[in-house]
Amino acid sequence: MSAAPTPAWLDALRRDARARADATGLPTRRDEAWKYTDFALSGAAAYPLAARWQDAVPASLATRPVAGGVPLVLVNGTVVGDWGAPDGVTIGRLDSPDARSLVEAHLGAVIPAARKSLAALNGGLFTDGLVLRITAGTRLERPIEVLSLGASDAASGPLSFHPRLLVVVEEGGFATLVESHRGTGAYFSNSVVEVALAEGAGLDHYKIQDESLEGVHVATLGVSVAARAVYRGALLQAGSRLARHEVHASLCGRDAVFELDGAYLGVENQHLDNTTFVTHAAPGGQSRQLFKGVLDNQAQGVFQGTVLVERAAQKTNAHQLSKALLLSAGAGMSGKPELEIYADDVKCGHGCTVGDIDETALFYLRSRGIAEADARQLLIEAFLADVLEHVSLDPVRETFTAVVSERLRRARLGKEDR
Amino acid sequence: MSSGIEQVRSLADQAYKYGFTTEIEAEAAPKGLNEDIIRFISAKKGEPEWLLEWRLKAYRLWLTQEEPVWPRLHHAPIDYQDSYYYSAPKRKDGPKSLDEVDPKLLETYEKLGVPLQERARLAGVAVDAVFDSVSVATTYREKLKEHGIIFTSMSEAVREHPELVRKYLGSVVPYSDNYFATLNTAVFTDGSFVYVPPGVRCPMELSTYFRINAEKTGQFERTLIIADKGAYVSYLEGCTAPMRDENQLHAAVVELVALDDAEIKYSTVQNWYPGDAEGKGGIYNFVTKRGACRGRASRISWTQVETGSAITWKYPSCILQGDDSVGEFYSVAITSNYQQADTGTKMIHIGRNTRSRIISKGISAGHADNTYRGLVRVQPKADGARNFTQCDSLLIGDLCGAHTTPYIESRNPTARVEHEASTSKISEDQLFYVRQRGLSEEEAVSLIVNGFCREVLQQLPMEFAVEAQKLVAISLEGSVG
Repeated sequence: MSAAPTPAWLDALRRDARARADATGLPTRRDEAWKYTDFALSGAAAYPLAARWQDAVPASLATRPVAGGVPLVLVNGTVVGDWGAPDGVTIGRLDSPDARSLVEAHLGAVIPAARKSLAALNGGLFTDGLVLRITAGTRLERPIEVLSLGASDAASGPLSFHPRLLVVVEEGGFATLVESHRGTGAYFSNSVVEVALAEGAGLDHYKIQDESLEGVHVATLGVSVAARAVYRGALLQAGSRLARHEVHASLCGRDAVFELDGAYLGVENQHLDNTTFVTHAAPGGQSRQLFKGVLDNQAQGVFQGTVLVERAAQKTNAHQLSKALLLSAGAGMSGKPELEIYADDVKCGHGCTVGDIDETALFYLRSRGIAEADARQLLIEAFLADVLEHVSLDPVRETFTAVVSERLRRARLGKEDR
Repeated sequence: MSSGIEQVRSLADQAYKYGFTTEIEAEAAPKGLNEDIIRFISAKKGEPEWLLEWRLKAYRLWLTQEEPVWPRLHHAPIDYQDSYYYSAPKRKDGPKSLDEVDPKLLETYEKLGVPLQERARLAGVAVDAVFDSVSVATTYREKLKEHGIIFTSMSEAVREHPELVRKYLGSVVPYSDNYFATLNTAVFTDGSFVYVPPGVRCPMELSTYFRINAEKTGQFERTLIIADKGAYVSYLEGCTAPMRDENQLHAAVVELVALDDAEIKYSTVQNWYPGDAEGKGGIYNFVTKRGACRGRASRISWTQVETGSAITWKYPSCILQGDDSVGEFYSVAITSNYQQADTGTKMIHIGRNTRSRIISKGISAGHADNTYRGLVRVQPKADGARNFTQCDSLLIGDLCGAHTTPYIESRNPTARVEHEASTSKISEDQLFYVRQRGLSEEEAVSLIVNGFCREVLQQLPMEFAVEAQKLVAISLEGSVG
């Protein structure tokens, strides 16, 4: 595996990350944070590193932005094509000289190096990446869209790549970021997105993960939220045979806000993992997490959420809820919602439920003359509605809904096949 | 409110009420742990060959095991060779009745508020008092015998009911279960054995008072309770320990077996010496407690009030094998000063329509850390399984920690698993309300905390409920925050 030539300063960062990845090794089920997800079993670690993408975007991959925003396209981790940056925004490649100060200040700053994750592997192996900077006071109307596409075929064989994105929102700035992950064939996408919000800044962050079902998708998201800054995230996890979305958020300034809503849909043999670490390091912070998942066929779901409230973080308000529906005898769900609290004047809670569709509700709908399959569909959609209604950007919500419907149809087909 | 920390300190300064040592000559094995010590213990107790072999097998495995590092606990390394593994109060031929029991021993119980004869007579409680490692007195055995109930020390059970012991010992907690259970298997000295025959409802609460006495004596209790078909038994366990500086290890194993339609209720009030205000001393309590609901519609209920020990590491669990079986876990864990508790339960749903309920209340004060750690697992065949878990934590003061680490694993779509947890402090509003009714701040806190724990405390049998309520109040005296 040889990485693309990069400037010396970036190489130094990369070498550090590489050394860290080598020192810790790949996560195994013996690592507490990977207890329920066997990454080694996926075989993805052996996929050769994809070459730097030289061509245009393959025709088989649609690049139409979801929400009509400014599109930025990556194919197999390589930035493809040009872009026009709106006023108040600078967009550059990670290795461009202009990006240096930002990259050195923020790259790898939020995701704790001590925790074994695949972020270090990304840090050592990324071939390309983007840096977005929203300057102080800029409030962007139009969303910025990052499309990460995976492309492999029989000729190329399975490939691995490591997309990297750094988003810095300066004081009082605001932006909307829509991240989409799609692709064809067998590949391993090991994405790292880092978000640094300065005082009073805001980011609405949507992620649609609808990768190829042959693919393996591991994403590590690091978010640092300074005083009075607001991060709002919504995630749809539907693709890949193995998918993991790992979030490290730090509320490091007073009265910071962190919100994360996630919906996941597992069919066939999918394994979907959501793991979050939210750290309240300053007083007055608020965090809210809501994850809802539907698991059908033999799909397995994992939710691990840790909320850490440090001694200084008095007046913290933290809430977390994970709910999963198991629709089939082979489906399974493992959860570990965790609270670690060292401050006394706080309100923290979590909830976690696993169950089937409510029989009473189903009976009620059927008694109104609705066919069972339709009634089930309706109840599943209603179950996910809590998450969907937090998606305030209409086109994104519509895409979420469309993907949900398609997956449920697929799950039904999966049942008929058997 | 600002005086909270000072008040916590004043609480810590209170002398440990039960801190005294009885000077009784102990007949001890030499310090340290090796195969000879295990042979010594086994020979001392006149054990059959198979039991010695079992101990040795465990010991050899233990040598290859490592102390678990996953609990949220911090302590200096334990030197297992710097401890005595056997000590028994010296006696000539063994007491035939209470009159023959060393009066000093009886005095100790007196100080603890366990007047053996009186309490047994007045409250109708049969007390199998374990003083260090050997059962000293057993009362009411005759009455229990009438019902065919066997309630003896483990050593006696090995001699008199070897077939029962051999059948069930280690069947719930195998010798290889975990580091501390394996250690216990190798060196356990005594404990209680209960067998309730089919269809018998045990007419009284059975109870044991544990006490660690001789200096540097690890306590390795082994308890086995079997409720045969349709039987019912309620077992009470309570402990206090004398004050001393050196950390002491306590690694007990409790096994419960409930057959068809049987019910076992196991209640604990644990008040071992917690160490002083600087976190010096105190008992290290590493306990493995597990119950198997083997029969259909069987039921096992654990209730615990944990206020003592420098370190508490225990997860009383239920294996719900029988269809329609029920497991319950009710817990109050109070930690103050530098106490650490990592406690919770495991509910393993294997049979159909198995149900479990977990109510855990953790209270942290001073510099203490209190962790709830639990597992609810629904296996693929557990159709219609149901679990409800509620974990509430209360923080008193800003130097302590409260943590919740539940593991939830469901492999059956017809199962329903619900978990909720909350962490908060006593609200100003609650305090204000109670205080404006004329109660002092301390009384108000005690009242609110007792209310917080009510769901658990009311599960305790009468004898314990009163003691437990007092304990809750005493444990938190002055820790208003």
